[in-house]
Amino acid sequence: MSEAQKSDPGLYDYLPYRGRPKIEWPDRKTCAVWVAPNLEFYELDPAVNPHRKSWPKPHPDVVGYSHRDHANRVSHWRMAEMMTKHGFPGSVSLSVALCDHIPEVVEDASQRGWEFFSHGIYNTRYSYGMDEAQERAIIEDSITTVERATGQRIRGWLAPALTHTPRTLDLLAEYGLDYTCDLYHDDQPTNVNVKSGQLTAIPYSLEVNDHYGFFIYNMSPREYADTLIRQYDRLAEEGTQSGTVMCIPLHSYLIGQPHRIGPFEAVLEHIAADGRAWITKAGNIVDAFRQQTGGAS
Amino acid sequence: MSLDPDYLEYPKRGRGMDHGYYPYNSLFDREPLQWADDKKLLIWPVISLEYFPMVPNDDPFRAPGHMQTAYPDYRHYTAREYGTRIGIYRLLGAFEKVGATVSVAANSVIADRYPQLIKEIISAGHEIIAHSTDMNGTIASGMDEADERALIEDALSTLERSIGKRPRGWLSIARSQSFNTAKLLAEAGVEYMCDWVNDELPYGFQTDGGAITNIPLNHELSDRQIINVQQQSIDSYAQQMRDAADWLLMETEPYGGRMLPMHLTPYIMGLPYRISGFETLIAGFAKQKNIGFARGDSILDSWKAQQ
Repeated sequence: MSEAQKSDPGLYDYLPYRGRPKIEWPDRKTCAVWVAPNLEFYELDPAVNPHRKSWPKPHPDVVGYSHRDHANRVSHWRMAEMMTKHGFPGSVSLSVALCDHIPEVVEDASQRGWEFFSHGIYNTRYSYGMDEAQERAIIEDSITTVERATGQRIRGWLAPALTHTPRTLDLLAEYGLDYTCDLYHDDQPTNVNVKSGQLTAIPYSLEVNDHYGFFIYNMSPREYADTLIRQYDRLAEEGTQSGTVMCIPLHSYLIGQPHRIGPFEAVLEHIAADGRAWITKAGNIVDAFRQQTGGAS
Repeated sequence: MSLDPDYLEYPKRGRGMDHGYYPYNSLFDREPLQWADDKKLLIWPVISLEYFPMVPNDDPFRAPGHMQTAYPDYRHYTAREYGTRIGIYRLLGAFEKVGATVSVAANSVIADRYPQLIKEIISAGHEIIAHSTDMNGTIASGMDEADERALIEDALSTLERSIGKRPRGWLSIARSQSFNTAKLLAEAGVEYMCDWVNDELPYGFQTDGGAITNIPLNHELSDRQIINVQQQSIDSYAQQMRDAADWLLMETEPYGGRMLPMHLTPYIMGLPYRISGFETLIAGFAKQKNIGFARGDSILDSWKAQQ
């Protein structure tokens, strides 16, 4: 790294959980729930990034690639239909090249009224090592590709495969993006310290991400469903003090497998029936937060 | 610091896949399949019948389940042999009880080492599919093409000599292929492979050596993944398979016939404390009129006849 590395990146100001100003969600709901399906395209034989290997095995990594391709052929459709059935819109973490490769999936999400934010070009192209011009290029590519495919201007970012540079967040704000899903320090939105403009960190989650559930914590489908319900119940309870946010980050090739989708349905039923959830999209949560706090929290 | 400019060029960014093996096609946009005997859901059991030499080979990689300690690794050598002496018979017995015939993915050295076992499998009406030579016969890119061709031919011809006909199916160790594998399998006359897990029904796969069918053998639903990797109990495994079957059965209306792959490992599932739970699971499936059990070759024939 030629640029100076900082022990304290100074991403945000410390704000203790006790005694925070009250955030109120619409209709006196206590927990804003958003579902974040990752709609991705992985390359079979991607170019090599010197800072991170793409596939664990030599190319072609047949299981790695084909497991993820299950998303676009099979499990997106299963997952999306279930979300719609229970009234959950998606806020999509999108490999924007999916707009070029498999527009059917992007079109489906668009028709369901889902919101798109960028998850990079491919989930096999990483930001590590990019210079500023290169990083600007992938942000501009994301904005124009999604706008062309869906008519939406992206408002958010989840770094491709969670690969960042120290300038990523400043650039996002400079391009007018409103939120990042890359910071995991809170259960409420946070104002991010950026050089210019304004950027809000919206709670995403690795802990209750289906990938962590199934491959870090090795949960069964029913254990994962129970985890999501406990997460929701607690956040909805604490949200009476000040509104909380729960994200359900999904990969359809995981949650949409035939042994998992049924148990997952119980989660959506539980949250939809509970009455305390503001079931919405990421941009709406960021807007409500900023209206109340000016983004200054 | 910057990356090579090529890193931001995307020569394959365009409509469809980034390779020519198969076109994009959604499972939910296909003509509904009909299975024989009015079955809606076919369970496809595949038992991996493996021989692990006590001297492991790391080129191109060491197979899952292989030796782990310094030589001699008696604990893993013998624990894997438990599968070919005991576990396989428990699994075959379980399927006999429900009248099901299954696919057995056999390392070809099993035919030389334990010919009686292969004979019993064949005479019980099960299908043998090729599963490399032994558990040192792993495949990945970097392998010389001639060596890979020879390994595939060795596996197929050894099994052919033993069972009197060439196996129609192939499963790679750890489902790992090189860029040449599908082509070499097609050239060797293999009709279907089980390595790509991107679908839930058979689909056509194009290679420079001709066409082959891929029948996806879901690795996430394997006993290795659920019990060994994710450390779940047999009861959890059974629950997960029942949940999968229930879901797929629901999808058969209106989408047509579905299949549920059941990848089994004798030294994992064939243990005394697991086999009863497994028998209960498949007995439950056998009682459901709309569920059947099928071998890979019969799924292949049925699917092909409807294309």
